[in-house]
Amino acid sequence: MTAVENHQTAQAPPPVKATDRTVRGWLGRQPLPVRILVIVGFAILAYLLPYVGDVPVLGPQVVTQANDWGSVLFEISYFVLLAIGLNVVVGFAGLLDLGYVGFFAVGAYTVALLTSPDSNFGLKWVWLASVPVAIAVAMFSGLILGWPTLRLRGDYLAIVTLGFAEIIRIFADSAPLLRGDRGFGSIPHPPGNNPDGTAIFSVRDATPYYWLGLSIIILVILAVRNLDRSRVGRSWLAIREDEEAAEIMGVRTIKFKLWAFAIGACVAGLGGVMFAGYQGFMNSSTFVLQFSILVLAGVVMGGSGNIAGAILGGVLIAYVPERLRGIEVFGQDLFQWRFLMFGVIIILIMIFRPQGVIPSRRRAMELKDRAKEVAPE
Amino acid sequence: MNFVGLLHSLGPLSIAGLAQGAIYALFALGYTLVYGVLRLINFAHSEVFLMGAYAALNVWGLFSLNQNSATPATVVVIGLLMLGLVAAIIASGATALVVELVAYRPLRRRNAPPLAFLITAIGASLVISEATGVFTHRSITGVPPLIRPADVVTFGNLHITNLQVLIIVLALVMMFGLDRFINTTRLGRGIRAVAQNPDSAALMGVNKNRVISLVFLLGGLMAGVAAVMYVLKIGTVKFDAGFDLGIVAFTAAVLGGIGNLRGALLGGLLLGVVENYAAEVFGTEYRRVIVFVLLIGVLMFLPTGLLGESLGKARA
Repeated sequence: MTAVENHQTAQAPPPVKATDRTVRGWLGRQPLPVRILVIVGFAILAYLLPYVGDVPVLGPQVVTQANDWGSVLFEISYFVLLAIGLNVVVGFAGLLDLGYVGFFAVGAYTVALLTSPDSNFGLKWVWLASVPVAIAVAMFSGLILGWPTLRLRGDYLAIVTLGFAEIIRIFADSAPLLRGDRGFGSIPHPPGNNPDGTAIFSVRDATPYYWLGLSIIILVILAVRNLDRSRVGRSWLAIREDEEAAEIMGVRTIKFKLWAFAIGACVAGLGGVMFAGYQGFMNSSTFVLQFSILVLAGVVMGGSGNIAGAILGGVLIAYVPERLRGIEVFGQDLFQWRFLMFGVIIILIMIFRPQGVIPSRRRAMELKDRAKEVAPE
Repeated sequence: MNFVGLLHSLGPLSIAGLAQGAIYALFALGYTLVYGVLRLINFAHSEVFLMGAYAALNVWGLFSLNQNSATPATVVVIGLLMLGLVAAIIASGATALVVELVAYRPLRRRNAPPLAFLITAIGASLVISEATGVFTHRSITGVPPLIRPADVVTFGNLHITNLQVLIIVLALVMMFGLDRFINTTRLGRGIRAVAQNPDSAALMGVNKNRVISLVFLLGGLMAGVAAVMYVLKIGTVKFDAGFDLGIVAFTAAVLGGIGNLRGALLGGLLLGVVENYAAEVFGTEYRRVIVFVLLIGVLMFLPTGLLGESLGKARA
């Protein structure tokens, strides 16, 4: 792909055509206040999700049967957070990261080491104090991994990141400091009390955690969206479309790739912090490699490069398996079949909509551009 | 850290490592072949391997052999091994072909982005391994003891068992055959042409889709042989065995230079040996850490692996 052929896609996003009949096309044509109203409306609906079971007729269909709806919602929220973070790395900067769960584990383990009474350090910090440290450590680990490896091309990067996640898992399993499968117990919950003096964040009710997660997600979305529209985002775009051309045009590719990696790691670390604060206990079996591959599948299925797509992907990978749990077909719990069905869904979505369910407009154009270049079969 | 132990038992560790590495190498060939032609990490290849392993077990099961059976007479063992190999090769080759036809070909027709291929590969891998998991109730299956380990060569503390000899020899024979096939036959030339430049190859009259199917078939064939050797060596199979081994095999392919057949051989053998050394020095659980650190170290200085990517070049 030469730079000349590429000039069309490298311009500012195309103006929304009046004939664009998708929902997004409609939204794009509305004046700013309407757009804000619609988005705020969606956010409010998201906050009300814990009560969806009370909606007549439809509500009970949505709510999971076998598991507490609040905890499922929380699970969805950290999967969505991870998907948004991975979308920065894969969707924006085009770096293939298969070991994203590694950063999630780094964040969670930092919290555990700083706060849990089981930790060898014996610090017993409160949860809130460990948050900035955990995020910083996760970001730092992203830099450490990225610095030697980001010179590598796409697929080489994939295997190296996969290796990174494996290394983290092995240390979690075997290093005495990280306690293997004995794990860390009594990790403190986030602070705060209800008016009647009981703790807001307890083991009894997962809903507050969901609201906390949702709020964090909204903040992260705002930050990531602004980044994408800044100089950093334009550099990512250039790197994704043609790294050599970007380099020649004066984009410092290594620097911006490192940024994408570090920001992605940061978000994953945040997810780990949330997870540790909710769960209260974690051990080495919490962080399996399949987990990060699942998140990657979610991002790509939803539509990589598009935040809405990443959110949809995160919801899909967390909600669908939980919804299947407890449904019996021919005497077998569908939960057992969840990954099997999931694989089928992944293949079908990729065959019929390779750009993802809600693709980014620019990525869809890149795809069309590619189609012109290859010889017909 | 036990460096003294490493020096003391360098010989046995090397031989055991070579046997393990031979399996990695054969397994890695499938990744390397497909990558060389399609630029795709075929995640489903680990399940191609898995199907081969279960096929061999099922064939042996037909003769009501299980992990508690006694070792049959030598002639019978040879026959059973042949049958197992044939079954594994057929199952693996068929799995690889089905994945290519059902999952990848429709994507190629639509000019899907590379990421879509990767995710589809992951999906296919999930489907096959989970279906196996459901059918086997996620339990471990034992392998009949067809070959009772016996020393054929003893030299100081160096004992080479019959199984190790079998694995290494069989792997080298397969490798040599494949290398000749790619380098000297007409079909092999087609593969190299597509690997070098798919569009030019198509313009020169190479049937691209047939070459791609052939490549999947060849990779499956190698994985089938690797699977039989694996079950004989390890003695058990589980539905997720492919995934774990697949990561190492893929690492081996990348280490040697992905897309390069001889690279896969070198990478596989090297990884097997390094893994064994590392297990002795740092403890078994840390052996994979050393493997990945080695990979990162090599890629920092040789960004395309030890021998470089070159399936398309004349030298394979």
